[in-house]
Amino acid sequence: MGVLKDLFKDYRFAVGFILICFLSFLAVASFFSPYDPIEWLQVPRDKAPSWSIILGTNSKGQDVFWEATFAIRNSLIIALIAGLISRVIAVLVGFIAGYKGSIYDRVLMGITDGLLVIPLFLILVLVAMLLREALTLVSTGLLLAFFGWAWDARTIRSQVLSLREREFTLTSVLSGNGTLSLVSKEYLPLTIPLIFSTLINNIAWAIGMEIVLAILGLVSLDIPTLGTTLQWAINYQAMLLGHWWWILTPVILTILLLVALYWFSISVSEYLDPRMRIQRIGAK
Amino acid sequence: MTAILKARNLTKIYSLGGLFSRTKITAVDRVSFSVQPAEIFTLAGESGCGKTTTARMILGFEYPTAGELLYENQNLVELRDKKAWFKKVQAVFQNPFETFNPLRKVEDYFFETIQNFRLDKSMKKAEELIEEKLQAVGLSLCDIAGKYPGELSGGQLQRASIARSLLTNPSLLIADEPVSMVDASLRMSVVNLFRKMSDSFRVSVIYITHDLATAYYISDRIAIMFRGNIVEIGPVDQVLENPKHPYTKLLIESIPQPDPQIPEKVPIKILEEKEEYLRKGCKFSGRCPEVQNICKQQIPEDISLNGTVVKCHLYQK
Amino acid sequence: MNGLIEVEQLQTFYVLEYLGKKKTIKAVNDVTLSIPENVIYGIAGESGCGKTTLLKALFASIEPPLQLFGGKVSYLIKNNFIDALSLNGKEKRELRWSYISYIPQGSMSVFNPVKKLKVTYLDFLESHVRGKAGRELLSLARQHLEQLGLSPQVLDAFPHQLSGGMRQRIAIALSALLKPQVILADEPTTALDVVAQRAVLQLMRDIQQEIKNTIVLVTHDMGIHANITTCMAIMYAGKIVEVGPTQEIFSNPLHPYTKFLIHSLPRIGDKMPKKSVPGAPPSLLNPPSGCPFHPRCPEISDFCQDKVPDLNNSTQNHKVACWLRRESCDCNS
Repeated sequence: MGVLKDLFKDYRFAVGFILICFLSFLAVASFFSPYDPIEWLQVPRDKAPSWSIILGTNSKGQDVFWEATFAIRNSLIIALIAGLISRVIAVLVGFIAGYKGSIYDRVLMGITDGLLVIPLFLILVLVAMLLREALTLVSTGLLLAFFGWAWDARTIRSQVLSLREREFTLTSVLSGNGTLSLVSKEYLPLTIPLIFSTLINNIAWAIGMEIVLAILGLVSLDIPTLGTTLQWAINYQAMLLGHWWWILTPVILTILLLVALYWFSISVSEYLDPRMRIQRIGAK
Repeated sequence: MTAILKARNLTKIYSLGGLFSRTKITAVDRVSFSVQPAEIFTLAGESGCGKTTTARMILGFEYPTAGELLYENQNLVELRDKKAWFKKVQAVFQNPFETFNPLRKVEDYFFETIQNFRLDKSMKKAEELIEEKLQAVGLSLCDIAGKYPGELSGGQLQRASIARSLLTNPSLLIADEPVSMVDASLRMSVVNLFRKMSDSFRVSVIYITHDLATAYYISDRIAIMFRGNIVEIGPVDQVLENPKHPYTKLLIESIPQPDPQIPEKVPIKILEEKEEYLRKGCKFSGRCPEVQNICKQQIPEDISLNGTVVKCHLYQK
Repeated sequence: MNGLIEVEQLQTFYVLEYLGKKKTIKAVNDVTLSIPENVIYGIAGESGCGKTTLLKALFASIEPPLQLFGGKVSYLIKNNFIDALSLNGKEKRELRWSYISYIPQGSMSVFNPVKKLKVTYLDFLESHVRGKAGRELLSLARQHLEQLGLSPQVLDAFPHQLSGGMRQRIAIALSALLKPQVILADEPTTALDVVAQRAVLQLMRDIQQEIKNTIVLVTHDMGIHANITTCMAIMYAGKIVEVGPTQEIFSNPLHPYTKFLIHSLPRIGDKMPKKSVPGAPPSLLNPPSGCPFHPRCPEISDFCQDKVPDLNNSTQNHKVACWLRRESCDCNS
């Protein structure tokens, strides 16, 4: 709890944390939705926000507020799957390539570089076109994870390359540690801020990418996500018709989510930075 | 007495440069020496003379380009099981603050060493072993328990590092500039420890340094290295009190003696490293005050002079 | 008031604040010194005793997290004493490099690795010398290097093409370019081997003899002090514990800490067992009460724990801060 107290002194953490809590709360609220997220015409269409319907209704006849809760939940699920799985791959590849060097490094970096130069956008469009109806939340997440680890693997590898030259690596080798235990005990604590900030970046990227795919109509438009709600709103000319509540809701929610993630990531990274941690040791 | 470590014509050549211009730097050039059991053997020389590269080859972190490295008559290059090797050889490094990961507790390394080398089965026995080794260096478990490297002084960290290296009861300890980063007021206590290692614990120590005064103080034999060659090797009293090679004489003269009465020294000439590495003939001929014509053409041989071996044309009979 | 630089009761501390926790590190804790002209003045002491901070204060470079908590530093410029710490930015810039220059620790890394050395030299010269063209300035620089016995061609090289010792000497030559009255050198020879060290010390001696200025040399290596300094001060835990001519300090060390420092140095030809100072170096965060050396002092008496001893004359020039060395002390020692 002392840790949380320390973190709260940073305004960026406080705002980011509260926003994320709020948005997660909304995501959880989706389980209590009285409406089915996919069915149309459940409520009168195109009603402006009022006291009984907080965010109005859209042209499909759905309650914007409850759709938004599903949207956040699903977007977050996609992003979390993408982020976490790509972290695991990036960390494994980065650590092993960086520490072992020689043939392991060449093979792994060859694969990484191959993925880096593939024009991501074209491949995603291609794959999405092929799978369109079959793209569920999980498969979208996995697709994004497959393309999201390469850059960060290189970043982590470069950090490991420099850590390898430090004397405590030698001490650990002389203490009898093998590759995997050395890398996890010695390097992981020092690379956590890097891994964490790349995780948050990746999540933010995944949310953005999902919106792009949705706008291009490449995902299953039935499942409500931040991208698909935006896509429907554009499709139905919500802006021109003056239905601002429908189009603004996903936009503002996305902005809030990305800002919250960014501030959260910076403040926690700073807190976890080894130099700061070292300074805190003994400052009791 | 059979030597525990023997190096014969040990050579390490690095190729530098890109695709179009490669230069070869002979970091270690046909170095031969032997280390006896329970002796302190010093490898001394300027920075860049090859002493750390030699140490890395002994530890197995680099492979020699040529020559042999024998431990109790077993060729080290063929040794596949690095872990078994580290049971017999351990090392202590220069920077006590970098020896341990700043985010890990110092004692974790001790317990890990015991676990990885299967030195003891129970926790209690492990603690006893650690306490025993820490006492030998003048510390105790309560001094370092629960502490991170940032909370201990340089002297304490270096001693802890020595204690950790003693856990496997090695027969050879390599100490690479172990006191250069320790405060002057704490230095001698660490230096004295090495003497204790060889006297009481029968551990051989390869002491790498450019500080000839501490080398004189604790070692038995010394080898002076210059740009990859051993130029003089012998018992420490003989080599440092009665130096034969002009480079040894230069080194000893250059040590700032802590005595203001000694008169000012003669100015000297310094040459850049790369020139000297690629020189034909004796590498020191560029700045040797006693240089002869033959020095620039031919590499001198090793000449034995009652106990000391010198690599210099001056002593050719 | 007869020195070139007068330091009076200087107190500069580092104040670190993070997430509400405040730490005050008493790096320079009540230091009074008088640095004369035309000498090489040594400041000895171990890592963490505050000597680098003292140099920074002498260079009037007190910037956060370092803060001034009391005292003065005065320079004697053209027969006037100027309070160095109250100068504004412009005045400080005028003084720097032409009156007082600074060689930081690790000078071999001070050059921009992607530019030739002559670019760095030109940079410095152009910002401090008005009214001269680049080519003229460069030839001045080359002349200066030749005078000091360094090859003027090194200016056309990149830093990585030279060895550490060579770069250190070029950095020292750079600092002496405008013939300043004071040169502050912070550990100019750490990380150099004995041979390069000898060349560096030679260079400093040559510079001092030519310009007849004052060089303040901070290092923990007593051997260097013995070799080139004329007078020296020993620093411990942010305070000066002994001051005097180098010869005297070495032949007759008074403070117990100085005694330890000098007697624990190994020398060739001497196999007598040496001991180091017992205990651990003091924390500047929580310095010990009274005399800062008292937890480790073998000759401790009752006074030592409570009151801080001040520097008192033992002989004319030799001062020591120790209760046991008082001439008029009535405590038994």
